[in-house]
Amino acid sequence: MSQGSAVAPLRGALRIDDAVKIYDPDGARLLAVDHCSLEVAPGEICIIVGPSGCGKTSLLNAIAGFHGLDAGSIRLDGELLCGPERNKAPVGPDRIVVFQNGALFPWKTNLDNVAFGPLVQGRLDRSRARDKARRLMAAAGLSGHEDEYPGEISSGLRRRVEIVRALMNDPAVLLLDEPFRALDALTKSVMHEALLETYYYSRTTIFFITHDLEEAIFLGHRVVVMTARPCRPKRIFDIDIPHPRDYGLLTSKRFREIAAEIATEVDEEALKSFKRGEREG
Amino acid sequence: MSVASDLETRGRAVGAEIPPEQPSSPRLTLALFRVEAWLKSPAPYLMVFGYASLLSFWYLSVEVLKLPRFAQMPALTDVVHEWFSRDPIYGVSIFTAVYYQHVLVSLQRIGIAFVLATGLGVPFGLMLGWSKTFRDYVFPLFELLRPIPVLAWVPLAIVMLPGDELPVIYLTFLASFFATGLNTMLGVRSIDPNYILAAECLGASRWRVFRDVVVPGALPFIFTGLQISVGVAWFSLVAAEMISGQFGLGYLIYTSYTTVQYPTLVIAMFTLGIVGYLTSAAVRHIGDWLMTWRTRQFAMGGRQ
Repeated sequence: MSQGSAVAPLRGALRIDDAVKIYDPDGARLLAVDHCSLEVAPGEICIIVGPSGCGKTSLLNAIAGFHGLDAGSIRLDGELLCGPERNKAPVGPDRIVVFQNGALFPWKTNLDNVAFGPLVQGRLDRSRARDKARRLMAAAGLSGHEDEYPGEISSGLRRRVEIVRALMNDPAVLLLDEPFRALDALTKSVMHEALLETYYYSRTTIFFITHDLEEAIFLGHRVVVMTARPCRPKRIFDIDIPHPRDYGLLTSKRFREIAAEIATEVDEEALKSFKRGEREG
Repeated sequence: MSVASDLETRGRAVGAEIPPEQPSSPRLTLALFRVEAWLKSPAPYLMVFGYASLLSFWYLSVEVLKLPRFAQMPALTDVVHEWFSRDPIYGVSIFTAVYYQHVLVSLQRIGIAFVLATGLGVPFGLMLGWSKTFRDYVFPLFELLRPIPVLAWVPLAIVMLPGDELPVIYLTFLASFFATGLNTMLGVRSIDPNYILAAECLGASRWRVFRDVVVPGALPFIFTGLQISVGVAWFSLVAAEMISGQFGLGYLIYTSYTTVQYPTLVIAMFTLGIVGYLTSAAVRHIGDWLMTWRTRQFAMGGRQ
């Protein structure tokens, strides 16, 4: 499979050093992220797993530039995104977020949603942006849905359109915050394979937050188990199952072994979080 | 299996769960589907029953049972007879030019006031919703002026503005403007912040976010506001016309009352109902046309 063995990309190295994020609503200091350090290699699928409300999303939002950090720094390909000299990363198309509940614009057709990025950045004119969008949609099996609105297609297809919309901008990192949480199990498995297929030709670094351990192991090069709040890596698992992967994997012995090991770590943190009565994030 | 061919099969497999391409004109199909569904539902029959009950109550209480307080009421048969008479007793029927003049004058005033209120109210509401600074300056004042009933403005409007026409249009405009402005603001505030974050992620400037997210995102609320706006415009217009002006349905109602021409009064009332309904239906249709994405989503029968 030629696409499967593409050269590792040179872009998309993410480096988080000693990140600290404190929420301070009405004086009640809440430490969400505590001295968290993590490195993500270019082209890696890095999966973040942790209990509800542990602060994973705070970390993702800091990378995206939705909010700043209270200490520490984040670098992308050696360039400082946010740190002591710059308290908030700029929001921009090199790091694109795919939201938990989806954020396709319901008032734009799927094609116009996908074409939106290059168009507003002024990188492509309208007809070129639409041509490229059409091509990428076709490659992702979305032909025939170009002129439909997001409200007219299934939620699985919507999520695919949203991922294609992100990839249109050739981002350095794709930030996925439980993107498949709302999908049913069958749609989810289709989405996993679809995500991997797009990954095999784009090789974009993926920073992926989830609760779902099967999803984590099936997709990830590495699975980072986070501690209960405050969030910091507890243990990092290298998933030594070669890519490309397919769904047959789920029943393999090696998969079960890894799953059992990760589950122990996650359960421990989940229990802590549950006892504290953490709200679902 | 290669990635490409696998992608292709998957594309087809997923495509198969989507209903096939709709026949030539989706608009027509949708319209026919709606009419058919409407005729099959109890709605039209209940509607006819509703009208029939009201009219028979009116007929029975005035003309047959002659209930005590109903003696002064114009009879249903008199009203209908007058309305469709070529030679109306009180001079106003569908065959007289003056009837249409009243309707047209009112429509013209509504038109001017509504266009003004929309043209100023929508940008004003967008600003209120979009800029916190602007909201902090203006909203407290807006909220103080908004609850003042239009009728309370009447004397000041007459003192402030010259002629008969301007005060009427001003009063009609005022209520519409507040309804449109407030709903537009609520529309902007109701937009899921993730849409704005997503647009920023994709590289949209503040202006593009405004143009491509804030305006279309607020559109459903804006049109709710416009519907309310037409309604209150008619309300204020009739109140204003009763006080000032030479023509208009409000004027007709008031003069018919003072000159004891009750059938004409009822004709003017029903005409108001019909014209008011038509204007608000027109606004709704423009909204549906501008928000195809919504109508098409609803047409899917809530499929998510």
